[in-house]
Amino acid sequence: MAVCIAVIAKENYPLYIRSTPTENELKFHYMVHTSLDVVDEKISAMGKALVDQRELYLGLLYPTEDYKVYGYVTNSKVKFVMVVDSSNTALRDNEIRSMFRKLHNSYTDVMCNPFYNPGDRIQSSPGGPYFLCPYPVQVGPTSCVRSSPGGPYSCVRSSPGEPYSLCPIQSRAFDNMVTSMMIQVC
Amino acid sequence: MEAAAAAAAAGGGCGSGPPPLLLSEGEQQCYSELFARCAGAAGGGPGSGPPEAARVAPGTATAAAGPVADLFRASQLPAETLHQITELCGAKRVGYFGATQFYIALKLIAAAQSGLPVRIESIKCELPLPRFMMSKNDGEIRFGNPAELHGTKVQIPYLTTEKNSFKRMDDEDKQQETQSPTMSPLASPPSSPPHYQRVPLSHGYSKLRSSAEQMHPAPYEARQPLVQPEGSSSGGPGTKPLRHQASLIRSFSVERELQDNSSYPDEPWRITEEQREYYVNQFRSLQPDPSSFISGSVAKNFFTKSKLSIPELSYIWELSDADCDGALTLPEFCAAFHLIVARKNGYPLPEGLPPTLQPEYLQAAFPKPKWDCQLFDSYSESLPANQQPRDLNRMETSVKDMADLPVPTQDVTSDDKQALKSTINEALSKDVSEDPATSKDSNSLKARPRSRSYSSTSIEEAMKRGEDPPTPPPRPQKTHSRASSLDLNKVFQPSVPATKSGLLPPPPALPPRPCPSQSEQVSEAELLPQLSRAPSQAVESSPAKKDVPYSQPPSKPIRRKFRPENQATENQEPSTAASGPASAATMKPHPTVQKQSSKQKKAIQTAIRKNKEANAVLARLNSELQQQLKEVHQERIALENQLEQLRPVTVL
Repeated sequence: MAVCIAVIAKENYPLYIRSTPTENELKFHYMVHTSLDVVDEKISAMGKALVDQRELYLGLLYPTEDYKVYGYVTNSKVKFVMVVDSSNTALRDNEIRSMFRKLHNSYTDVMCNPFYNPGDRIQSSPGGPYFLCPYPVQVGPTSCVRSSPGGPYSCVRSSPGEPYSLCPIQSRAFDNMVTSMMIQVC
Repeated sequence: MEAAAAAAAAGGGCGSGPPPLLLSEGEQQCYSELFARCAGAAGGGPGSGPPEAARVAPGTATAAAGPVADLFRASQLPAETLHQITELCGAKRVGYFGATQFYIALKLIAAAQSGLPVRIESIKCELPLPRFMMSKNDGEIRFGNPAELHGTKVQIPYLTTEKNSFKRMDDEDKQQETQSPTMSPLASPPSSPPHYQRVPLSHGYSKLRSSAEQMHPAPYEARQPLVQPEGSSSGGPGTKPLRHQASLIRSFSVERELQDNSSYPDEPWRITEEQREYYVNQFRSLQPDPSSFISGSVAKNFFTKSKLSIPELSYIWELSDADCDGALTLPEFCAAFHLIVARKNGYPLPEGLPPTLQPEYLQAAFPKPKWDCQLFDSYSESLPANQQPRDLNRMETSVKDMADLPVPTQDVTSDDKQALKSTINEALSKDVSEDPATSKDSNSLKARPRSRSYSSTSIEEAMKRGEDPPTPPPRPQKTHSRASSLDLNKVFQPSVPATKSGLLPPPPALPPRPCPSQSEQVSEAELLPQLSRAPSQAVESSPAKKDVPYSQPPSKPIRRKFRPENQATENQEPSTAASGPASAATMKPHPTVQKQSSKQKKAIQTAIRKNKEANAVLARLNSELQQQLKEVHQERIALENQLEQLRPVTVL
């Protein structure tokens, strides 16, 4: 039952970070950020041995009063960081491992999508399952895109003129997996 | 005015404000009612009263897109016209249908229906009221005559018997457009939704429905015996949109407009036969083997042509790539393509893959052997939309061709379509509707080896190439006058070893080499003709024939004989000597001045080829023998060891 799950790219910028909305999200962002140092430390410590032998699961990175932070790193140096509530004493190590494994599988599925460029953000769904634009995007200087939302020709996209939005990839499967992790131990 | 007209004529959306409109009494009444209905339907909550309640002042209200689009559609005008009208009336420009825009639009519709061109000027004159037809699910129910409509109140949209036709399908589309009920005058068969894709969904459609429900009883008096109890209509909210969706998918083009809504309520998510055929053709154009995959990058490039946004495409991919392997099999590809097509038509994407698009379902429904497009009883229901797939195809081809898929607000002109179609026909190797071609193709496809790579054909070619260098049968060279001294006939005989040693007098200049086996001597014999053409290259040629270490570099004297006579062939020597196997090829392009030399050339070439083969054979033989030799050596060593071990015992 994670309270925050983050996916960090190789260059240590976040690809995906999501926390339970009830909490102060900024706090979790900060915790994840500080945990990156610990992750790097662990990687380099193990790195002197053969890289192959390095285990993906890093274990508890550091505990705080209320939370524990676990880490996992893939072979391509993509890091998963999970923050769980300390009061949740029932969580065992192998449960955390299995959660990371599932996260890794979901991430792999995202990577399989050819429209995903490695290094792109993984976007959680933008509110609503449907793409609200009923019409194909109008490219070019048309007035419709800028019209008010009430009209029949409105378009959700706010950046008219480009045929492809530069939005990050939409991955509902990944998002759903993370949601399930936040709800229950899996 | 002129500016507006000009702008309108240009089809552009920009222009001055809408021209002043003069409406007659009847028109005024009718329009205001329509407008109120549209506006009221859009904004009204469940408790909204009849439109005449005028809670909405025409001046301030805006008609929602949904009812307006439906209304326009019901006018049975071609999509292009409707677009023009929309542009002209200024709704596009301002982004909503205010009263002014709405009235102008209605007037333009009336003008268009009367056959006048869609221009601002047209509406200055007196026109009959616009006529709006309501769609009925299967049959055409004409309600009243146009004459009745004039100056009348809005008639009841009997709408929907459609409901009956709809089964609730897997409704991912919650968007329910408001249909027709709220739209005005009815009567006849549905205008096929042209471009008006689903109207912007969102919220409140349930309100709409209920409001529609309430509105019905009031204005619509008895005129319509056929008025289906509107109450029931709201009961099937999901169904209406479905019908529209189905019709939307079907008719993307202008021509389609009058098509009856054959009810495939079932689905926008069901792939019809023709669509399937089209998808399969597209698949084949990307990947000739239908049983293998399209890789992710190839599919990405292809789908990117559809000009959907990247998030949408990635979402579609996520839905359709069921096994998440980064590649699309044929059913996955069809599902993805269908989703793209649906999205292009304005259907919102479902949350999950609809059951009719699941790979198992698709594979079961369209088993490979049936690519002959016989099919499909299961699809008989969708057959009625024969026209639909064609439209769809046209549209799809436009997708494929990357024509800027016109957005509803633009005119999808029939010109575009035809242009697209022509380009598509060029682009596509097969016409979508060519069943026989498809069947042949499928048969031929089945015959092909199933491999994952694109190179299935190239493999065949490679194999053919491997067999290619045909050894021409040995030709008796009767014209070799010069060769009389050299018994070339014997030389050119097929390389069955043995008796050719007689041909090879060891050249005095070269150290004699041991000839342990006759086979090696045979190779010498075969090398002869090749070497014979290279007068002074004995030394070079022998080292070049590394694979024949034991053979004696033969026939120096013979070569010398040829030298004076055939200068042309001397040119061939270096190439011959240098590269044995390639010599044949290199010798060929040499020009032969004399006709005799050309014949000799042929002989030489033949000889070269033979020599090459002999070389190959000998090389193999050599390596085998070497191997045997090694083994024998090892055995010998082992035996000697054993002997030595045993010896002391015996000795002792």
